[in-house]
Amino acid sequence: MSTIASLLVGEMGYISEESLEVIPLKLLEMGCLPGAEVTLVQIAPLNDPLYICVNGSHLAIRKETAAQIQILKVNLQDV
Amino acid sequence: MSKNFIKVALIGNPNTGKTSLFNQLTGLNQKVGNYPGVTVDKKQGTCKLTETHQALITDLPGTYSINPTSIDESIVLKTLLKKDIKESPDVILVVADVENLKRNLLLFSQIKDLEIPTVLAINMVDQMAAKGISIDVSALEKELNSEVVLISARKNIGIRAVKEAIIKCHVAAKASPLCGINSKIDPDYFEKLKEISSSYSLYELWLMVTQNNYPDSISKQEKEKLQAFKKDSAKLKKYQHKETIYRYQEINKILQKTYLVDKSKATDIRSKLDKIFTHKFFGYFIFFFILLIIFQSIFDLATIPMDYIDAVFANLSDVTKENLPPGVFTDLLAEGIIPGIGGVLIFIPQIAILFLFIAVLEETGYMSRVVFLMDKIMRRFGMNGKSVIPLISGTACAIPAIMATRTIATWKERLITILVTPFTTCSARLPVYAILIALVIPNKKVAGFLNLQGLVLLFMYILGFATAILAAYILHKTLKTTSKSFFVIEMPNYKVPSVKNVFFEVVEKTKAFVFGAGKIILSLSIILWFLASNGPASFDDAEKNTIENQVNKQLSSEELQQKIAAAKLQNSYIGIMGKAIEPAIKPLGYDWKIGIALITSFAAREVFVGTLATIYSVGSDDEDTATIKQKMASEINPDTGKKRFNFPVGMSLMVFYAFAMQCMATLAIVKRETKSWKWPLIQLFGMGLLAYISSFLVYQILS
Repeated sequence: MSTIASLLVGEMGYISEESLEVIPLKLLEMGCLPGAEVTLVQIAPLNDPLYICVNGSHLAIRKETAAQIQILKVNLQDV
Repeated sequence: MSKNFIKVALIGNPNTGKTSLFNQLTGLNQKVGNYPGVTVDKKQGTCKLTETHQALITDLPGTYSINPTSIDESIVLKTLLKKDIKESPDVILVVADVENLKRNLLLFSQIKDLEIPTVLAINMVDQMAAKGISIDVSALEKELNSEVVLISARKNIGIRAVKEAIIKCHVAAKASPLCGINSKIDPDYFEKLKEISSSYSLYELWLMVTQNNYPDSISKQEKEKLQAFKKDSAKLKKYQHKETIYRYQEINKILQKTYLVDKSKATDIRSKLDKIFTHKFFGYFIFFFILLIIFQSIFDLATIPMDYIDAVFANLSDVTKENLPPGVFTDLLAEGIIPGIGGVLIFIPQIAILFLFIAVLEETGYMSRVVFLMDKIMRRFGMNGKSVIPLISGTACAIPAIMATRTIATWKERLITILVTPFTTCSARLPVYAILIALVIPNKKVAGFLNLQGLVLLFMYILGFATAILAAYILHKTLKTTSKSFFVIEMPNYKVPSVKNVFFEVVEKTKAFVFGAGKIILSLSIILWFLASNGPASFDDAEKNTIENQVNKQLSSEELQQKIAAAKLQNSYIGIMGKAIEPAIKPLGYDWKIGIALITSFAAREVFVGTLATIYSVGSDDEDTATIKQKMASEINPDTGKKRFNFPVGMSLMVFYAFAMQCMATLAIVKRETKSWKWPLIQLFGMGLLAYISSFLVYQILS
């Protein structure tokens, strides 16, 4: 299963339902909901934090948080 | 309170233009006060709604929900849960960003459930067309069961409509909840919760349970019953998650009917700018370049007004002495109060310039990128990306810098930032460094173009910053806390800063310094003056004894006056104190006169220069134009017969001032922010010990 941390810059995925238990309330409130589309925009120079765009919000979160949030990767060829 | 006077609380996510709207509504009628009971400043202002209606607007810190994670956010919750007539708002004005309406409505829906009359102001509507957004306002009003106003605070659009909506909303009957959290999560559970009290809405009771925050008005039995609900924390967490999901579901339903985005119209400058500002190499390069510009401006631009303020107060002091009848009151005014006020005001230019830059960087959205860039580095030292802002602000003044740590969610990271911020070289150290560098460092060029004095000053800044980082590292390794580090920051859209917002921000921060540090510095100047111009019996005899002792020597009256003044000072209370600590500071290379300056500047560093000025000029009536610097340069160490302020003493003093916690106002702020005396005392003694040991080493090695 991939997580937000395993996305490459520019890649997109959907937050999976299983993540609901581990997403911190704060992130949930900021729009990191199960089912939401998440794109990795940028990685900070020292490889952490990650700059993501989720549900219209642009957020920076740490890799350790991102590694807990499972996603379903969207393979662009499938679309 | 009168029906025509409405208390309005401004609430919204960060970066929604809440402050712009506040500034637009209140203009110059704003003041920063202190929340009673809550150790945080609040911004309030009055606003004329109509000819007959007035509003008191309170600007609350930006928050994403009313489940707080930082100190800043907890203020919002506390304000909303308050039930006393004087404090609680009549109307809540929720400010939302048109682009992020969905997320903003989460906060709105929570506030609606508190059953307080609420107006929704959707901001930045001037960008709607460019972003391809369209909103059906009347349908949205119906769905939300609230007044909805489209505004652009920066462009001054819709402000009148906001005022009208506030009145309309205030007149209307009690507000109704929007989501009704109970049925979708656990109907039985919430039914039981509701039965506890009828004077609070269900959502208020739920917040009391989850946030452990009870209003004063709640009865003891009710509180006990509520606490019974807290037992199962896993269940609470699960319900909070469910609640958030449910709210988003409801919001999505509402927005589907009322909000349309045509994504093809969206233009994307932000991703281009982000590529540059958060670039692996250029990102840091740009950041350090900006820092360089800031420090350059602080030194170059600030010196002119600072010299001017200095001259004005010196003049004022002289004029007072000449024009008022001689006496204790005149002395107090000319030697205590006026130099004291001058000592505070002289820092205004530097502080204003620094906060001007910080306000601009915050307004443009660049600060979030800095936080993003620095987080990983700062984490190694037990802080986080958000600690960068206090550390930069600390170069102006530690007081607002420590207040800026409130956005840091993790207690340990916040505490470390608070504890090490006083190491960064604040503007109060500058006059001390300036005078000592001028005394002991030759004014010559190194490597052809670098000024040696400038280099030493730069070294002192680096020393301060390096010590802050090192101290943070040590604290990081020694402090044991269970709180888990959590970090999330929004990367806002880039914006052109609004002149009005920047202006108010600079004024507010500068005022915080003037009134925060000012009171202490001024009162100390007065105490110092008193201690220097009074003393035990030997003080009164000093004049007579000096004249008797010098009677056989051929002294001019001027020289005699100098001797008398020196003898008086030596026998004054402050002289006695200075002498008392002389044995302790001798190994650092200091004598009792420097000892006096050390004692007085324990309250505030900049007092050092003023104290030396007092020591060398108290009592001397002559119109000697010698500056303090010249007087210090000609001061002789009687033990060696050489200059008192030689290189080892100068360096030892500079190191002492770099490390010692000599700022009462900062200690007071740290006490306020950490809510205990433990941390300021640790700071005081830890930094004091470090200062003593390092200046001892510096003096012993150099001499």
